[in-house]
Amino acid sequence: MSAMKTNQEFLAELPRLARPEIPYTTLNLGPTHPATHGIFQNVLQMDGERIVHGEQTIGYIHRAFEKIAERRPFYQITPLTDRLNYCSAPINNMGWHLTVEKLLGIKTPKRVDYMRVMVMELARIADHIICNSILGVDTGALTGFTYVYQWREFIYEIYEEICGARLTTNMGRIGGFERDFNEIVFEKTRKFLREFPAVWQEFEDLLLRNRIFMDRTMETGAITAERALNYGMTGPNLRACGVDYDLRVHEPYCSYEDFDFQIPIGTTGDTYDRFVIRNEEIRQSLSIVRQALDRIESMENVFHADEEHYYLPPKQEVYRNMEALIYHFKIIMGEIDPPVGNVYHAVEGANGELGFYLVSDGGRTPFRLHFRRPCFIYYQAFPEMVRGQLLSDAIVVMSSLNVIAGELDA
Amino acid sequence: MEDNKAGHIGRVLHNATGLECTVTQDAYGMFCLELPVNQIYATLLALYRDPELGFNFLTDLCGMHDPDLPGKEFCVVYHVQSMTRRERLRIKAYASQDQPEFPSVTGIYATANWMERETYDFYGIRFLGHPDLRRILNMDEMVDFPMRKEFPLEDPLREDKADYQFGR
Repeated sequence: MSAMKTNQEFLAELPRLARPEIPYTTLNLGPTHPATHGIFQNVLQMDGERIVHGEQTIGYIHRAFEKIAERRPFYQITPLTDRLNYCSAPINNMGWHLTVEKLLGIKTPKRVDYMRVMVMELARIADHIICNSILGVDTGALTGFTYVYQWREFIYEIYEEICGARLTTNMGRIGGFERDFNEIVFEKTRKFLREFPAVWQEFEDLLLRNRIFMDRTMETGAITAERALNYGMTGPNLRACGVDYDLRVHEPYCSYEDFDFQIPIGTTGDTYDRFVIRNEEIRQSLSIVRQALDRIESMENVFHADEEHYYLPPKQEVYRNMEALIYHFKIIMGEIDPPVGNVYHAVEGANGELGFYLVSDGGRTPFRLHFRRPCFIYYQAFPEMVRGQLLSDAIVVMSSLNVIAGELDA
Repeated sequence: MEDNKAGHIGRVLHNATGLECTVTQDAYGMFCLELPVNQIYATLLALYRDPELGFNFLTDLCGMHDPDLPGKEFCVVYHVQSMTRRERLRIKAYASQDQPEFPSVTGIYATANWMERETYDFYGIRFLGHPDLRRILNMDEMVDFPMRKEFPLEDPLREDKADYQFGR
């Protein structure tokens, strides 16, 4: 039996249109193409079916968050961070709170750290569910997507129990959470840990060794580790190239050093590797959630740091107690001056290193706040990754990079 | 030990570039370095090439505007990091309002391309040697640089929220 040709080999043998007298075709992919999953444009120069050059136009949903943040007290910046990577908003919220805590020198109790870790890992799972199932959709497999999406919905129900919101969560406070997790949170998380792994396994089985999926994703959009580092890639996209850079291990924040988990890395840096890495990260995240949940339940009910200057007093106290009322007013109005300083803090977002560079001049608002958005940085590599490939490859590469328009444009 | 690390980075840089580099470490563990604009490229290149220090990853690049610092109104902040040594270094360089020009580091880092475009877009800081210095997030027809401090978010003439009413 002769070895079957891969799709790539088959296509390479087709007659090419590479004749100099024929001009390249300009193709607009986006801004509202259904396969871009967000509003950004790619102007592709095509030689027949092959992409010769691509150029991105971004900024369609730019909302000037960095400018707005210069007029807002720290509390009011949390809702802005929701809208960066809106697929995993709690990670952004926690990242911002951790940055402010770093500036203020607030130490949070271990239980608060574990609660945060649990929420952040759930958010990572939700984000990876979206990315990987949409990658299935973009290769023509809609079923898996509709099957796993109810579990992303289920994670949103857990968020809802924690903070009352679903997509743009505005979760937590500087110093902890606004309230303790209720019983439903624990119940639902247990149910999730019990039932989701089998569902995900089934989803993975649909695609992982699927001939069509493998042919579509293997060797498409590959990038070497060296180029990826030069492009500032982080997160699963970098790890797919074989660089084991994960901030949870590299610079542990929020007590990640207390957890036992592994960082999966790939070898080829192609679309298939990115898919496999995200699958494995979901498994590791499930393990972290399980460990965190056990610890949270076994500890005393502490859900915030004792930080009267920045953590809002309980509402019933505000109505009865003069001191609490004063602190409530001062915190809400931004009357308590933070220290002067420059802080850079980064967390491992679902897409990579999400950094906050906060410059405080001692005033009620940041003097300067810069978001290091991983999407904005790694999306630059897209033209290089799709050069010489087919239009349909460009779609799956974009999908597997998980470019989120909110994070791209800030 | 900590001081030694900062001093060590400074010495390595001094040996590589021949320039005076005083590296300090701030309260949060970040190494800090302030440089004149004309030394930025040489220093970043030396950091990129030095195999021992390994500062070969440009994490972040952003601009800053402070009209209250005469002659140093514009600042570009570079964050580079060494993945092997788990260290981060923040490099700041200042330029005046009259000549907000910085050397582009796109020759060293491909990732600096959009970061510099963003900084140009919002602050009007020009990066000399950048291959394609256009606006990136704002529309091309825009004439101003919106993150500059001369564009307040709220009407400064508004009196119902004046500071004295809050005891400030």
